[in-house]
Amino acid sequence: MIKILNIGMNHETAPVELRERLATEPNNALEALAFMREQECIKEGLFLSTCNRVEALLTTDEVEKARKLILSLMSRLGRIPEEQFRSSLYTHEDQGAVRHIFKVASSLDSMVVGEPQILGQIKEAYVLATTQKTSGVILNRVMHRAFHVAKRVRTETEICETAVSISYAAVELAKKIFYSLEGKKALLIGAGEMVELAARHLMSQGVSAMVVANRTFERAVEVAKSFKARPVSLEEVDGQLLDVDIVLTSTAATDYVIAHSQVKRCLKKRRNRPLFFIDIAVPRDVDPKVNSLDNVYVYDIDDLKGLVALNVAQRQKEAVKGQRIVEEEVVKFEKWLETLAVVPTIVSLREKADTIIDTEWGKSSSALKELSPEQKEAVRVLTRSVAEKLLNDPILYLKGKASRPTLNSYLDVVRKLFNLDGDKGERS
Amino acid sequence: MIFLWFDLALFFELLATGGFIVYLIKQKKWAFRYAYWILLAGFLCHTVFLGYRYYLLGTAPVLNLKSALSFFSWTIIGVYLLFQAKFRLMVLGSFVAPFAAFLMIISSAMPWIQEPIKPIFKSVWLTVHVGTIFIGNALFAMAFVAAIMYLIQEHQIKQKRLGTFYSRLPSLATLDSINYHALIYGFPFLTLGMITGSIYAQFALGSYWQWDPKEVWSLITWLFYAALLHERLAVGWRGRKAAIMSILCFCILAFTFIGASLWLGGYHSFDSLGVREAL
Repeated sequence: MIKILNIGMNHETAPVELRERLATEPNNALEALAFMREQECIKEGLFLSTCNRVEALLTTDEVEKARKLILSLMSRLGRIPEEQFRSSLYTHEDQGAVRHIFKVASSLDSMVVGEPQILGQIKEAYVLATTQKTSGVILNRVMHRAFHVAKRVRTETEICETAVSISYAAVELAKKIFYSLEGKKALLIGAGEMVELAARHLMSQGVSAMVVANRTFERAVEVAKSFKARPVSLEEVDGQLLDVDIVLTSTAATDYVIAHSQVKRCLKKRRNRPLFFIDIAVPRDVDPKVNSLDNVYVYDIDDLKGLVALNVAQRQKEAVKGQRIVEEEVVKFEKWLETLAVVPTIVSLREKADTIIDTEWGKSSSALKELSPEQKEAVRVLTRSVAEKLLNDPILYLKGKASRPTLNSYLDVVRKLFNLDGDKGERS
Repeated sequence: MIFLWFDLALFFELLATGGFIVYLIKQKKWAFRYAYWILLAGFLCHTVFLGYRYYLLGTAPVLNLKSALSFFSWTIIGVYLLFQAKFRLMVLGSFVAPFAAFLMIISSAMPWIQEPIKPIFKSVWLTVHVGTIFIGNALFAMAFVAAIMYLIQEHQIKQKRLGTFYSRLPSLATLDSINYHALIYGFPFLTLGMITGSIYAQFALGSYWQWDPKEVWSLITWLFYAALLHERLAVGWRGRKAAIMSILCFCILAFTFIGASLWLGGYHSFDSLGVREAL
């Protein structure tokens, strides 16, 4: 009996040191697929490796052996001894494996629930498996259903609607103010990891020009280089305020860097174009009073964190809906899988009929050799249709019983009745 | 027969309003699509009704408050459909349709009065005068609706309390742009309506300007909108101030439209448009 198996580790079961050793090598997936293709007991395989998870999805008829093989594979790929990561691995079988991969694809199993990248990564992994020809009937079906589930979860719940990271939240707010960030200008005051991350995010949303200001000009030049931005000194900020739309601040200054009067002064010259301050510094860089000016919006780190916390809670609620969709789809998939169980028996029934026709045809060939080719063909068709008509009812009967718990006994009877396993030895 | 078209229009517009509200709450695209097509059907029925009335009366069907409200509702929906084509902003309908339907409900609650049409009303100038004024009014109504939406959204962003409307309403820039466009298109129509009105008055009454209460209030409305336009174009007003100002302007406009016609007398009042002699 073929089983679907899922073996892997994710952000919950394994520490990042472990995951990154397996995820960093770009050729890992290719190597893993080549390995799985060579193994006799692994029928189909797929290998997914992202920074938050490494897992293999496969079909096999020898679960324990396959599990050991995958363990050794992972140990080899990550150059880690097996006992170091064995406890971090999870193994799902059949229904569990299907449910797990559905959840992964619809981002219910992600570190940030609802993050959209995982679907792309899993699609890539599947494309690789198809080009490497390690994916077959069952995995094709599993993966197509997984994409379908992901789509359902995305459209039927609001799981992907809200931002759950600070820079996402800031970008989303900016879009609610400016509609689009295309062609907007941003000013970065201060430098640091956070501000650079947020700045990168703004760039990816179409912000066209960036200016970097810093207390030490050298640092400004340095940061500016990585964004193709223009460095300016801190004294020039006043002039820049006339021109930019978004200001990101994160200096280490203990006092406000942006004062109320300073912003008020520039508003008229800006002709009241909206100005959005994202202040991620602690202590704050922008005087909170600035927010009271018309067409000026100030969000500090706590405001943004508040939004994120709200959104996370919202996503958890939506995730429950997502789980229900996954369950529905798992049940549907089970049904399909059950019909699959009768397929080998149906195939052997047909094969048996074909061999009988062929042998009998051979025996009678001398008697039939007087016939014209057309007549021979007619006899051939006749024998075929007799056999098919005879098998039609048993096949329909089997298909009808596919979802019954007693299916195996029906299969057994059919196999015995037609002696399907007799002279050909074991068939699954 | 003719009133069937009115009833159909009312029915479809109410149904569409329901659809738009479902869309606002549930955020489902299909709700918007249904509502949009139903509203379009309502608009067509309304158009047939107005066209037929125009044909029967020989002049624009705006001579009593009932007809005027229905005509106003029709122009608002028409302007909305044009804005929808330009801005493709699904949530706009959720605010405009209830407004238009509200006017229709008031209109439908009033009795039909059969009044003979005085010959001076059967003039192309009246139709042009009323038509341009109403298109202007409808555009200002759009500016008003956008201003309300802007204030809701702005309040949420400013107060950092992002409630249910936050995700449903569009960006501040979009709303401000709708307000702006409605204003700059609406103003010429209002101006044109007033000019054609005075030309018509010269024909019909022998004087361009008579200090009729509605004339005076129209002038006040016009001045307010002119001030808003000036602030926007020359001083660079935008956002909250412009939104508040356009709401204020629309309140004055609404008073001019309804209040001045009902309570202040003069030859524009619906009383005098009817059978009773007031001229």
